[in-house]
Parts: sequence; C-alpha cells; structure tokens
Amino acid sequence: MSDRIFGAVGLCLALFYGWATLQIQESFLSDAVGPKTFPLVIAVILGLASLVILLRPDPDPVWPSLARLAEILAAVVVMILYAEFLPIVGFLIATAFASAYLTWRLGTGPLQSVVVGVATSIGIYVIFKLVLGLSLASGPFGF
Amino acid sequence: MDTLMSLADGFHTALTFENLLLALLGTFLGTMMGALPGLGPSNGVAILIPLAFTLGLGATPSLILLTSVYYGAMYGGRISSILLNIPGDEPAMMTCLDGYPMAKKGLAGEALSLSGIASFVGAFIATWGLILLAPQLVKFALLFGPAEYFALFALAFATLGGVSSTNQAKSAFAAMLGLGLSVIGVDTQTGVPRLTFGEVHLYDGLDFLVAIVGLFALSEVFIFLEHRHGSATGAGHKVSVGRITPPWKMVKETTPTMLRSSLLGFVAGVLPGAGASLGSFISYSMEKKLVDRKNTFGTGDPRGVAAPEAGNNAAAGGALVPMLALGVPGSGTTAVLLAVLLSLNITPGPLLFQNNPDVVWGLIAALFIANFMLLAMNIPMVGIFTRVLMIPPRILMPIVAMVSFVGIYGISGSSFDLLVMIGFGVMGWLLRKLDVPLVPIILGTLLGNTMENNLRRAVTISNGDYWTLVGSPLAIGLWTVAIVGFILPLFLSRFVKARMHERRDDEGAISD
Repeated sequence: MSDRIFGAVGLCLALFYGWATLQIQESFLSDAVGPKTFPLVIAVILGLASLVILLRPDPDPVWPSLARLAEILAAVVVMILYAEFLPIVGFLIATAFASAYLTWRLGTGPLQSVVVGVATSIGIYVIFKLVLGLSLASGPFGF
Repeated sequence: MDTLMSLADGFHTALTFENLLLALLGTFLGTMMGALPGLGPSNGVAILIPLAFTLGLGATPSLILLTSVYYGAMYGGRISSILLNIPGDEPAMMTCLDGYPMAKKGLAGEALSLSGIASFVGAFIATWGLILLAPQLVKFALLFGPAEYFALFALAFATLGGVSSTNQAKSAFAAMLGLGLSVIGVDTQTGVPRLTFGEVHLYDGLDFLVAIVGLFALSEVFIFLEHRHGSATGAGHKVSVGRITPPWKMVKETTPTMLRSSLLGFVAGVLPGAGASLGSFISYSMEKKLVDRKNTFGTGDPRGVAAPEAGNNAAAGGALVPMLALGVPGSGTTAVLLAVLLSLNITPGPLLFQNNPDVVWGLIAALFIANFMLLAMNIPMVGIFTRVLMIPPRILMPIVAMVSFVGIYGISGSSFDLLVMIGFGVMGWLLRKLDVPLVPIILGTLLGNTMENNLRRAVTISNGDYWTLVGSPLAIGLWTVAIVGFILPLFLSRFVKARMHERRDDEGAISD
C-alpha cells in the first residue's frame, strides 16, 4: 500500500514538475534546445518511474507506531525552531537546548541530558570557534 | 617513468606539515566514524565538507583530509563488525560473518589485526591500480565530445542503481528527483529563472552540500529517533581484545586470499554503480567458492575476515578512478567527494590531470601516506577505537546533528539553508523507509547542470539536430552499455540482492 501512495505522490510530483516547467518564461535569445527540454524529459521519466512503482509495489516497510512518528515530528519542530532562533539567541544557548532535547528523546535521563547538551554545545563552541576560528551565530551576549 | 616523476612531485606536495597533519586527523576521524555504527564513510565525509570549506583549506589539503576520512572509514567499519557483530558501515557487513565468530572464539585481537593488514593490502594495491589505470582512462576520455559526455552521464545514472538496488524504478525515480532539483535556479545559458517560484534564495540553485548533509546525516538521526535504539551498542558489551598481532602462520595462510580479493575488489570499485559493499560481497563469495573446502567459512575462518576487508578497501580505491578520470563517481562516498571538487571549482575529468596535476598526484601520494598511518593506527592502537565504541548513540547522534547544523550555517550563515537541510533530512528518512536509494539523488543534483549543458552544447553544435546524440560509434556504445546496465539487474538482482541483503537491517542503509 505504501508504494501505491508513494507512486501516486510521485505521479503528482511529475505532473506538477511538468506544469511548472511549462511556466518558464523563455527569453527571446535562446539556444536550440532551450531551457524547457531537459526538465520536461525529467518530468516524463519521473512520471514513468512513479507509474511503475504504483503498479508494481514492493512489500510494505515497517512503519513506526504513531507515538514514534510523533517523536520524529517533534524532533523536526525542535530543529526548525533551532534554525529560526539560532541567529536570535546565539549559538551556545540554542545548541545546548537542541542537543539536550535530542539526547533526552534518544533515551538519556533528563538531568544527564541537560549536562550532555550543555557539554556538547560548549565542546563544539570551543573546537570550532575558539580553535578552528569558524564563525558561529552570535546572539545578544556575543556567543 | 612519467608516472613515477609525477608521483614524486605528488609526494613533494603531500609532505608538508599541514598536509601530514590533515592526513593524520582525517585517518583518525575516519576510523572512528567507520567504527561507530550509524556513521559511515558517506555521512562522515558529508559532515566534514562544510568544515573543510569554512576553514578555508585549499583544494589539495581539503581533498587530503576528506579522502583520508574515506579510507579510514573503510578500515574502521570492521572494528564493530568483529567485536559487536554490528557492521560499523555497510561495506563491513560481510566482515561480521567470520569476524564475530572469531571474536567469540577468543581471537578478537587476531581478527582485528589480520583485517587491518588485509585492509592495508587492499588499499595499497588499489592505490597502485589508481595510478596505473586513471591516466589510461584519461587518454580515452579525451576522445569524448559533448554528446559522448551526455551518454556517459546517462550511463552513470542507469547503472548506479545496479545490482545493489532493490527496485530499478525506484533508482530511476531517485535519479530524476536529483536531476529535477538541479534544474532549480537561473538557467546558465539563457538567464531565465527556472522553478524558483519567485523565491530569491533559490535563484542560485539549491546548494548540493545542504542536500547531502540533510539526506545523509540528518536522516540517520531520524532513523535513530524512530527506533530509539539509542543504547544499542556500548552498554552490556564487554570488549576484550587480547593479543593484537596475528600469528605469522595466519598471515601467510591468508596472503593469497588478500591478493585475489584486492584485485577483485578494485575491479568492482572501478565499475559504475558497484562501490565497496559489492566489492566486499563478491570477494567473500569468491573466496568461499575457491578455498572453502572444509566448510569453515562463517565459523570464524581467518580467510573469511581477510577477503571482505581487502575487497572493500580495494574497491574504495577503485571507485576513485572513474571519479577523478571521468568526473563520474561510482559510489556514494565518491559522489560526496565529487561535491567537494565541484565546490572548490575544480572539474574532475581529463582536464584535471592536465590543469591541476598537483591536486591529483598530491592526493594519490596522500593516499599512500594515509594508508601507512592507518596501518599504524589500526594495529597497535586499535584499543583506542574499541573504547570509542562505548559512546552510546544517544549521545553521539545529537552531536552529529549539531555538527551538521554548524557546518552548513558556517558556509552560508542563513537560516533558510538550515530549513532546507531539515527538509532534506525528513525526505531522506521517508525515502529510506520506502527503500529508495539516496545516492542517485545526490549524483543527480551534482551532475544535473553539467549533463544538461553537454546536451545543449551537443545539439547546438549540430544546429538543433538531436540525432547527434547517437551520432558516433562511441556514443552508441555508451548508450548500449547504459541500456543493458539498466535492464540486466532486473533479472540478475533477484539473485545477488537476496544474498547480499540477508544480513541487512530494514531501512535502506546508505550505500558507501
């Protein structure tokens, strides 16, 4: 069943890709092939491959339970928040929070997670910023 | 003679303090990444690329660092295979078969040192193979025009799924997805924006480094979250190594095996779409057929440890040949290395050998040096790495995620790229669940633009005549190989795959 859904999504993607390609504004100065040919070929093969997947599906993979799925979703949300807040609060604080969260969710005790998170953040800061001189996001406090 | 002169120049380039230090760092990190289950050569190299850039390393030093990681990971994978029966990376899968039984018999130290020697022999022979074969391939590649290059790229995509993929439709899907992503951005020939939907960030195209780190490194984090096998390793395993030198008798016995497997592995590595996993697989199977008279393979036969290790290290070297000489990588990690070259504004292929001989030969010399370093690191100092295995993934994986973020942010300094990377991470997780190979996606985003430019150049030169694409015997030959290479696995793979995937976990692991 998963593969049938996947194939159908792929087919929609191919159609959308083809449609989007046709929307490309061609300039009056163009080479013999033009900017549309290559993406159109891609769309066609993408569609054919999706069709094959749809018609001849593999056995279903083992999907995680709803709880695990929520776990992954939560991690994605945390990462997005991390990306958004990184320039605002600075590297050290954002990273300590994000890595503590991930460590906790992977099965470490809460207190230990906080310690590991802070240590990870400081460790990366020391190695990459102080030793290697990389520019990391600096927040209002300069770190 | 020419070759030896160039090689001497290469050693001159490689033997600077900075480069030696980078090789040492690379081999150390590589062995560690190889040893840790969940971090393989391709995501190991992927995480380090952004760092190599932000450190402002030049072309040769970055390549030395990253290929040392590559070679190192091939060595390191065996450590957890032997000690824990968990392959540290995919090519080390076959090493479990005889390595773990040996460890159970109390021969862990012998197995580790023997496989270290086998890895050395494999990598050493393959590096010589690279020296001898790559220049020949370059001469051949000089005959290629745009039409032939277009056919060559098609061949790479058609064969990439190859024998190791489970479903050709899915590898085709992956390749097209990658090519489709590469189209995004301003068209290089006419200057019109394509598929950007008015988003200014997309005008430059998607940065393939962002895609690579997301697909390879972040998806691994999600896989760990899904299973929460955060404590799968480390706890509960008492690792004792014992003596760390193999008895001479064992080395002598396994020498023919090592030599045969190295040659076979090298050939498997050069072929498109094969890579190190296949190299170790066919080396093991062939040795089993050839010398396993008493049915000892699988019960801790030293030859069963030497064969896959020599095979996978030789294949790693072999896979560098088409990447450097043609610009068409044959495996996951070499695709990632190609990304490094492209980001450094170096186009691999025949011109690389003419325009940047220092890069090529410096790299080759560095491979020799790294190989000796690895031998030293992996036999007397193997104890350090067995201790690394004690780090549980629940602490390691967040570090991997954070280092990925740091690297990508360091390159662009924009949150937008981080969001795109997270998107790729989720996509990578989904596609791995559905058993869609990730390597063709990477290769598509990398090669898409060059492939399209060659197509357009070929057709423009012949005034809009598309028949020029099959207008020379060479092009026809390449297309034929491409078509056969795509169709043949449909029949063949059922056989090979079934045996190769016997011991594989359910998610499509990242190919080497």
